[in-house]
Amino acid sequence: MTHQVKEVRAGKAARVEKESIFARFLRSTEIDARLLGMLGALALIWVGFHVYGEVVNGFGAFLTPRNLWNLSVQTASIGVMATGMVLVIVTRHIDLSVGSILGFCAMSMAIIQVWILPELLGLGHPMIWIITVICGLIIGCLIGALHGYLIAYLGIPAFIVTLGGLLFWRGAAFLLARGETISPVDDTFSKLGGGPYGSIGAIGSWVIGALACLVVLYMLWQGRQKRKRFNFPMRPVWAEVFLALVGCGAIIGFVMLVNSYPWPKGIVRQYAAANNIETPISEIFISHGFAIPVIILLAVGVGMTFLATRTKFGRYVFAIGGNPEAAELAGIATRWVTVRIFALMGTLCGLSAVIASARLNSATNNLGTLDELYVIAAAVIGGTSFSGGIGTIYGAILGAVVMQSLQTGMVLIGFDAAIQQIVVGTVLVFAVWVDTVYRKRAK
Amino acid sequence: MTDKKSETPLVELRDISLAFGGIKAVDEASVSLFPGEVVAILGHNGAGKSTLIKVLSGAYSKDSGEIFVRGEQATINNPRDAKSYGIETIYQTLAVADNVDAAANLYLGREILTRWGTLDDVAMESEARKVMGRLNPNFERFKEPVAKLSGGQRQSVAIARAILFNAQILIMDEPTAALGPQETEQVGELIQALKRDGIGIFLISHDIHDVFDLADRVMVMKNGQTVGTARTEDVTKDEVLGMIILGKCPDGAIPGPGAIQS
Repeated sequence: MTHQVKEVRAGKAARVEKESIFARFLRSTEIDARLLGMLGALALIWVGFHVYGEVVNGFGAFLTPRNLWNLSVQTASIGVMATGMVLVIVTRHIDLSVGSILGFCAMSMAIIQVWILPELLGLGHPMIWIITVICGLIIGCLIGALHGYLIAYLGIPAFIVTLGGLLFWRGAAFLLARGETISPVDDTFSKLGGGPYGSIGAIGSWVIGALACLVVLYMLWQGRQKRKRFNFPMRPVWAEVFLALVGCGAIIGFVMLVNSYPWPKGIVRQYAAANNIETPISEIFISHGFAIPVIILLAVGVGMTFLATRTKFGRYVFAIGGNPEAAELAGIATRWVTVRIFALMGTLCGLSAVIASARLNSATNNLGTLDELYVIAAAVIGGTSFSGGIGTIYGAILGAVVMQSLQTGMVLIGFDAAIQQIVVGTVLVFAVWVDTVYRKRAK
Repeated sequence: MTDKKSETPLVELRDISLAFGGIKAVDEASVSLFPGEVVAILGHNGAGKSTLIKVLSGAYSKDSGEIFVRGEQATINNPRDAKSYGIETIYQTLAVADNVDAAANLYLGREILTRWGTLDDVAMESEARKVMGRLNPNFERFKEPVAKLSGGQRQSVAIARAILFNAQILIMDEPTAALGPQETEQVGELIQALKRDGIGIFLISHDIHDVFDLADRVMVMKNGQTVGTARTEDVTKDEVLGMIILGKCPDGAIPGPGAIQS
């Protein structure tokens, strides 16, 4: 017996020696190779567009603080919904109705804050935006829960229910306001969409960055303590230090980036006039800092990651995705979990509706049209598998960034809409093919 | 049914029937199980043994019949109900969630939570290591999704999950079908150990050689009906084979409604 064990150990040692430096690096730091691949692809897209602009148009517009800041804001709406779509696809369902739910929620919120609440509370009342947002989230949640109920308890396939929802809620949004565009929305509400006034400025961004760094360090430290307590294998110290440096470095880099994008002159002039600032306009540098929608997206990302990995609900979602029958036999109330997933998806659509309509400063009847496809594409590019059970929240957010980068990049270098669609479609199919090949290899 | 008649059975299935469409998969079948006893349920593929036992484990709902647990009538409509009666099942298909790791599978549906209400993965893995250490000391792949494990390893995960929660009634559907000789022996030892703890075990198999030596009694099914029950000491393997294949009840057995009248 002991002899056998020794042999096994020796075999293991030999295998460890054969590993390449890169493989050892991945194993020690426990970094997912997929994540590296996605970051690599993203870097390629960014640099590619920048260089293309530089060479062909004589001006590389992509890697500028202004563009990257805008990119972060534009990603927010799709990104928020993509985090929910991960859970939907992980359980082998699909939600085609997210764009329409977004449109319906946005229209309802516009009516609430422009037509109803000013009558009751008075125009510009500070509670208007809060009540509006809460109503929007509740409406989204109820619509999602209804879809979930139809899927889980009546056994109608998710594809059909949400295809119906796609049409139904778009039509319902039209009926709500008879097709009118409602604008402008409440002042405070519109800040949730970003823009110079909808950003938190340099100091606020540094505070958030510092907090994020502390959280990263705390989690690394706590993870290590836990492993120590239960005598689990630990990462080597150099790997921990490396992860801490990369994590904090990325956060600080992001803060510096958003802080290096100043308010445009016109806004500064307006602001200076309103606040009686005497300094010449050209000498005033006011940073944007993080836009509020980006903070919302990051908060949703953290919250959803926590939900997916640290809670019972998240565990059940993945177990159901891996083997629905086993999950049911293990005593999980799979139907109820399905309802909750769709309700959560609907709530996130409501949140995206807040961001999207606030950013436009209005609710139009076609807000969110085709969003479902971008959301699904973001989740899938981010590594969510249609065969179920596999997917990550950070992957979906990265996927949303990739989608948005492609779109922005092509606009910047002057491709027209037809080519944009062709490229996005191709990238989607290509990304899924690469993923399929990768998974086969990994087995 | 035999000399234990005075005692209350741990579980008793009485006249259970279940039809799928027009086909009677189980037709008035009855079986009982006493504490510390191993009862093998035998029969051909399609004889209805898995279906019968799925009624007990909550995967199917019976059309008619009664279930008694410790002498009291029990209502079992889903797997959660069954678990609440201390009935744990290890399925033939090894119902494990392939994409999560061993610890997550052991605690699936009954996760250990931290005081914040979040999953306590470390505690679960630590407990899983203890249980698996007892069951399969060579098992080390705790961090990998169960899909990557071998058949035997998956089987140990499934068994560990059943015994982790102090099951009183254990149902094992083809427990050794996916296993090599050494692992089969381990399962045999495990069954002996569980018997000593007073746990009642149903073994379901279509291969008599797998289970005859482990069982105290056999119950044979054919075409959804009970052919008969017998203590293994009263009958030979060949006689039991006769029950399975022909539906012929030997002298040492108590005939059921499915037995051929000779």
